[in-house]
Amino acid sequence: MTSGGSADKPGMADLALSLAGGEPRPARAVVRKLARHLARILVVVLLGGFLGATLVRVAPGYGVDSEELDSRLSAESLRAARRAAAPQEGLFPFYLHFCERLLHGDLGESRLLHMPVRQLVAERFPETAKSVGLGLALAWTAGLGLATAAVMTAGGVDLLAGLLASVLVCIPAAVLALLFIMVQAPARLAIGLILFPKVFQFARNLLADAAARPHVLAARARGAAGVGVFLRHVLPVAGPQLLALGGISVSMAFAAAIPVEALCDLPGIGQLAWQAAMGRDLALLVDLTMIVTLLTLLANSAADLAGLGRP
Amino acid sequence: MKTMRAVALVFLAAVLAASMAANWIAPASYARQFRDQPDAAPSAQHLLGTDDLGRDRFSRLLYGTRISLLLAPAAALMSTVLAGAIGGAAGFAGGWIEVCVMAGTDLFLSLPWLFLLITVRACLPLNVSPVVSVAITFVLLGCLGWAAAARVVCADVRSFRNSDFVLLARASGAGGARLLMRHLVPNLAPVLAAQFWISIPVFILTEANLGILGLGVAEPLPSWGSLLRELESFSGYSAQPWLFAPLLLLVLTVSSFQIVLHNEEVAG
Repeated sequence: MTSGGSADKPGMADLALSLAGGEPRPARAVVRKLARHLARILVVVLLGGFLGATLVRVAPGYGVDSEELDSRLSAESLRAARRAAAPQEGLFPFYLHFCERLLHGDLGESRLLHMPVRQLVAERFPETAKSVGLGLALAWTAGLGLATAAVMTAGGVDLLAGLLASVLVCIPAAVLALLFIMVQAPARLAIGLILFPKVFQFARNLLADAAARPHVLAARARGAAGVGVFLRHVLPVAGPQLLALGGISVSMAFAAAIPVEALCDLPGIGQLAWQAAMGRDLALLVDLTMIVTLLTLLANSAADLAGLGRP
Repeated sequence: MKTMRAVALVFLAAVLAASMAANWIAPASYARQFRDQPDAAPSAQHLLGTDDLGRDRFSRLLYGTRISLLLAPAAALMSTVLAGAIGGAAGFAGGWIEVCVMAGTDLFLSLPWLFLLITVRACLPLNVSPVVSVAITFVLLGCLGWAAAARVVCADVRSFRNSDFVLLARASGAGGARLLMRHLVPNLAPVLAAQFWISIPVFILTEANLGILGLGVAEPLPSWGSLLRELESFSGYSAQPWLFAPLLLLVLTVSSFQIVLHNEEVAG
């Protein structure tokens, strides 16, 4: 554990050495951890895909087409359409077929929008990336900034920021999105406001915990100044957990994108997921969930690996 | 802090009591339409006015509060029981069972909560009766909200499994069931209680989100989520501040839960 200003430097040096191949044992540990992360992502994607395929396969209405409601079709045409749409595969063959398609980069076709899912995702993803990126930037700038100010300065900032976060955390994300429409504010910023209280509260607690450590008190007692103490002693201790929070906040941002994009009419992945849910386009919904899961797993793994040099 | 906790508890009790007494307090049924008074402003007859179908907003708020405040704890109870059973069994069994169950829990936690929720919700029929929609919404919350709590429970059971008092009980011949019921479950009660209380505000907010998105409780049954959908007619917000009454009540209720939980944490 980091116990002083210079104590974290050997940790970084170890990592640098290990990455450069200077010491075989830590390098192996890094590679092992990387391999473990990749294996975990693969297992989660395969199992998640299986669960998703199961949901699609067993959901009520699977194999039923809205074409059946067309009163112009004769009984014979209806029977033919039913035969064509009827589930002819068991669950495992269905899953294998699903995986085979995925390996070829074929995400299937949206029943709702009559377009390839791959094309839909390609069209919609930039919008969500913009919203999520901006939201994360806003939440982290405000959340970490205020958390730092709250820990470093006594009283006012902590109270006011804490109060603001406490109120915001009690408002449903969808209502915050509606409030943004009411005041005609840029809807993308709503994701930032939804994430801000969570980032602030976690970051504040982590920084406050780190600031109360004995080595920080000792540094202060020796006359070290506020910013110096924060950068040298507090931030290195809270760093790995803050990085982990960064990974989790990506997942929270994608979840927040659903109500924001659906209600504020932003044509992104979140709005697409909502439309798929309302239209019961399960294949599209499962594909989207898998893509977002993969992205959040990658973000979490990146955060975890970035904190590897820290004790 | 104690005063704030007391105020929060009194507020929660008052809201719960008012919603339970909706049959007597509410001036009308939640579904009754006053056809000659659609979109009416607040008056002595309709304290919060009427909605676009002429239904009394105050009555709907009372009945909606009852649904949200009764079913969120029910869903929390379900998820806590599931977490206790799954996490407890994994922690108690240990070995590969624990590894497999915790891997499954990790998988569950890796899926973004709202995406998972709307995916599973969409797999079930959307065009169902209001009562079935209430059941689906809250059973879904209960069934999908166990994962984080299960990890906490599993870690606790694992530490208890290796503790001195369990070893002593084992040495004196206590079997698996006796160990579980006499020694582990009583020690898990505080953890499970904490998970239960933490889940309630989370489920209230999630139901509100689902309701606003049209994936929650179906009309004409009211819930906080479906009542908040009225905020979508935002053009009238400046002229109709009473539309914010459900939001105010929801924020105050969830804040009260947070205050009570925070105080319990501090006391713990």
